[in-house]
Amino acid sequence: MVVHLYGMHHPNALRKVITASSLGTLIEWYDFYIFGSLATVIATQFFPKTNPTAALLSTLATFAAGFIVRPFGALVFGRLGDMVGRKYTFLLTLVLMGGSTFAIGLIPNYDSIGFAAPLLVLLLRLIQGLALGGEYGGAATYVAEHAPENRKGYYTSWIQTTATLGLFVSLGVILLTRNLLDKNAAKSIEIFNEWGWRIPFLVSIVLVIVSIYIRLKMQESPLFTELKQTGNTATNPLKESFGKKDNLKMVLLALFGATMGQGVVWYTGQFYAQSFLENVCKIDFEQSRTILIWAILFATPLFIVFGHWSDKVGRKWIMLSGMLLAVCTYHYLFKELLYLAETNGITTIIANKTTRTVTGITYWKMVAIVFILIGYVTMVYGPIAAFLVEMFPTRIRYTSMSLPYHIGNGVFGGLTPFIATLLTTVYTENKLAGLWYPISIASLCFVIGAFYINSKKTAQ
Amino acid sequence: MNTIKKVLGVVWMILAPVLLFFLIRLGLHQIAIKPGIDTKIQWAVFIGVFLPIALGLFIFGYYAFKEEYKG
Repeated sequence: MVVHLYGMHHPNALRKVITASSLGTLIEWYDFYIFGSLATVIATQFFPKTNPTAALLSTLATFAAGFIVRPFGALVFGRLGDMVGRKYTFLLTLVLMGGSTFAIGLIPNYDSIGFAAPLLVLLLRLIQGLALGGEYGGAATYVAEHAPENRKGYYTSWIQTTATLGLFVSLGVILLTRNLLDKNAAKSIEIFNEWGWRIPFLVSIVLVIVSIYIRLKMQESPLFTELKQTGNTATNPLKESFGKKDNLKMVLLALFGATMGQGVVWYTGQFYAQSFLENVCKIDFEQSRTILIWAILFATPLFIVFGHWSDKVGRKWIMLSGMLLAVCTYHYLFKELLYLAETNGITTIIANKTTRTVTGITYWKMVAIVFILIGYVTMVYGPIAAFLVEMFPTRIRYTSMSLPYHIGNGVFGGLTPFIATLLTTVYTENKLAGLWYPISIASLCFVIGAFYINSKKTAQ
Repeated sequence: MNTIKKVLGVVWMILAPVLLFFLIRLGLHQIAIKPGIDTKIQWAVFIGVFLPIALGLFIFGYYAFKEEYKG
């Protein structure tokens, strides 16, 4: 069976593959982020703090979705993807994610239906986490299995842009909705907090339908098709992935030598940076988000640059350089953000709440610093899909790469804001104490990656 | 290089239970400070998730010590 006769390496065919995969993945990230970005509004609607059970459900929604369900989704859908196929699996994750996001936008609030409201939100959030756990591995595998051997880094880097662009789109849709519901800005925010927050959730269904339509028209991955036709698909991918030493040692290496550090650099650059601007630098809500939006806009092309470059010089040292740069410069960069806000910010105090706004060159200096932080993200994240794909054989690729990816990102990365905040509450005199966590994890990962990862391709 | 990998393998094997110990200690400390059900759930989730990860780090160290990653 000669699979390359499918014409899959034709630029037009590859463009379609990338568009179909990236669009769906972008929408999944968008869906996952809007819940996080609107957590405060959602909490007031569904999880009133005065009620301890509702608050408990809120904690579960926050922690269980990211830390337990995501890796679990990686196992469930990874297994399915290696047995049934990539196309139908990541189609299913898209339907689950889109459906649950849309449904969140329809749930009556706590005042209307009582406990059913937070319970439904929790359930749907868990489905979101499960779907996200299955989506990324499928999309990355699908694209990589269509791409020529020497260009996997370049083509999969398009998938890598989606997580950042998903955040960009979610921030944009939220800011637009928040400001366009009424001519009066204050009234618009009031309407948004009342019911307008549902719009970003409901909008998702349109995007999902378009994406499902596009994905339905796609063919199964040629390498998986070949496996299936020759009867070589895995019968028990979980056992093959984690029960056999030769593969398990690569899964562990992928986690401790790559995705663990990549996850913390990613979350620090995109999420902790925003939280730091808003809570430590006290930058105004909207301004902290527009700073991030500009930085994302300028930095996103670098995913493609580093993905493409990794095809020429290898994945390992680009990713590890990103980690090392982060370790060496985080302290300085975050200190500079704080300095700019404290010395040049215009401070207003309303009801004991300090807010700062920055203007002119200070604003753009902050954008430049966040751009550098996201630049590190592009170095560690741009080549990682190709790196993971190449580590594992086709028959168990989806399962094997999904778990280390989601532990690295969901657990190590997802914990960044929580641990950083915990550290700043323990060491109250040091506003930069939160950085110890990403610096330690990225340092450990750098050492493991530098010594144990083979620069040469490790796959097949 | 292979000797360094092997020696570091011992470091990872030691690091895994040490990190887990500190995580559990921190969790118990946080629960003692804020003894609500929220805090208990948070730390139960963290420790429950990090237990297999620490085991994974130990196994990784063991494989490194056994020269499974020999270049």
